[in-house]
Amino acid sequence: MKARLMDRAATVVLTLIAVLIIGTLVGLLGFILSQGWHKLNLDFLTSPPDIVNAGGGIGPQLFNSLYLLVLTMLIALPLGIGAGIYMAEYAPDNKITQFIRMSIEVLSSLPSIVVGLFGLLVFVNMTGWGYTLFGGALALTVFNLPLLVRVTEDALRNVPRSQKEASLALGITKWRTIVSVILPAALPGIITGAILASGRVFGEAAALLFTAGMSSPNLDFTDFSMNSTTSPLNPFRPAETLAVHIWKVNSEGLTPDARDVADGAAAVLIIAVLLFNLSARWFGNWVYKKMTSGSN
Amino acid sequence: MSVLTMQETIIQTNNVNVYYGEKHAVKNISMDIEKNSVTAFIGPSGCGKSTLLRSLNRMNDLVPSCRVEGSIIVDGIDINSSQVNIESLRQVVGMVFQRANPFFKSIYENIAFAPRFHGMTNKRDLDELVESSLRKAALWDEVKDRLRDSALSLSGGQQQRLCIARAIAMQPTILLLDEPASALDPISTMKIEELVMQLKDEYTIVIVTHNLHQAARISEKTAFFLMGELIEMDETGKIFTSPENEKTEAYISGRFG
Repeated sequence: MKARLMDRAATVVLTLIAVLIIGTLVGLLGFILSQGWHKLNLDFLTSPPDIVNAGGGIGPQLFNSLYLLVLTMLIALPLGIGAGIYMAEYAPDNKITQFIRMSIEVLSSLPSIVVGLFGLLVFVNMTGWGYTLFGGALALTVFNLPLLVRVTEDALRNVPRSQKEASLALGITKWRTIVSVILPAALPGIITGAILASGRVFGEAAALLFTAGMSSPNLDFTDFSMNSTTSPLNPFRPAETLAVHIWKVNSEGLTPDARDVADGAAAVLIIAVLLFNLSARWFGNWVYKKMTSGSN
Repeated sequence: MSVLTMQETIIQTNNVNVYYGEKHAVKNISMDIEKNSVTAFIGPSGCGKSTLLRSLNRMNDLVPSCRVEGSIIVDGIDINSSQVNIESLRQVVGMVFQRANPFFKSIYENIAFAPRFHGMTNKRDLDELVESSLRKAALWDEVKDRLRDSALSLSGGQQQRLCIARAIAMQPTILLLDEPASALDPISTMKIEELVMQLKDEYTIVIVTHNLHQAARISEKTAFFLMGELIEMDETGKIFTSPENEKTEAYISGRFG
């Protein structure tokens, strides 16, 4: 009798905790979306911000966020996947490997503002580049590398050992086994991790304040040379991202509709991050299904 | 010795010892395995039969703590010598595992993957090889219309025959089968056994099995292992009717193991 009572009490308590968490999440999302919903139109999404008058948009910031994401992933994915492969397949079980693993743990627990200050020292001042998209991308690489390494390593380790044996027993070399057998089987996990990292990059502000900077030049979206200072594609220009813009407008915005702009930008940001998360799930499942059944 | 019983030895082990760290898993084993015959390794779990099998194509290299001593001569070559290319060795000595382990790829690709890696790039050659390998593994008629489907869509028995086809496609001289039917139903098991009987004309087959009836049905020679030692090895008929060692007799009559 007592056991059954305990069981029921535990069920009630755990359900309450779950409801509390989900309620908070839904409330938060609902609040942000309802506050910013009225700003979601093409004009707001594409026009540049206005410094003093009402009616500015977030066009350059949205572009900067996306471009920064692409740059960061171009740098971070090869490094993260490469390191993950090393950790899963090559690293011997010794003190050095333990030290590397500990370093990755420490790196992943660094506050992002610290990563930003490190970026300021190294990617902004030491290199003499000033505030640049590229510096921001490097800082975000530092920030996301631990996640990517761990996700890749876990995904590779989760591939059944028998797959590796099957390939090696056919006289296939270790490297080719990794590339052609293990990596494809681990791909769904790696893709999911990469998209989740993308969400973090998209929403990150603190690490970018002092690396990619808090301003964006007047971008000329007809100019696609990599060198011109007004070209959107130039990676060596300052670039304020959406998340940084929200912080800036909220803390030092001069326009009468600053609050409005921040609300709208926050809604856009939340929607983008949600899309990343949902597509991560969907895409990972899709790749897995594609590989384990049906034709290819 | 009459001409009829003259047999060519293809695998010869001399005083082979295998250790996993401190554990002495295979003790001082010397045996000859004849070409184009079926040799069965039997014995209770943990007797070292799988370990010895996995030493024959150096799959034990995957286990960091594993150490192999003594010489294993395959087709006149000491396979543990530093000059041996391990990839070439494994092309000559194919292996099929206890649990079917098809790649997460199409049926066609499961077979074509390794030959392509080893240099067969012509599409028509590969098509022919895939067909002939599947035919030899008695799987062609069941899968010929869906070669592009995932191998994981096959049943367990079909998957294991696919793994045999995949091993055959490498045109090995020797096939190592590590309890290939232990995870299968009786009908699939029967198909695998029939397959082994057919393949022995072309390949030397070494099979580890827990199923004594299976060993009696399909093998010419049987080796009985106990606690890492080779207790007795002889003609299968003799092992199962009049074994010389009393431990062998106790095992095959079901008194332990």
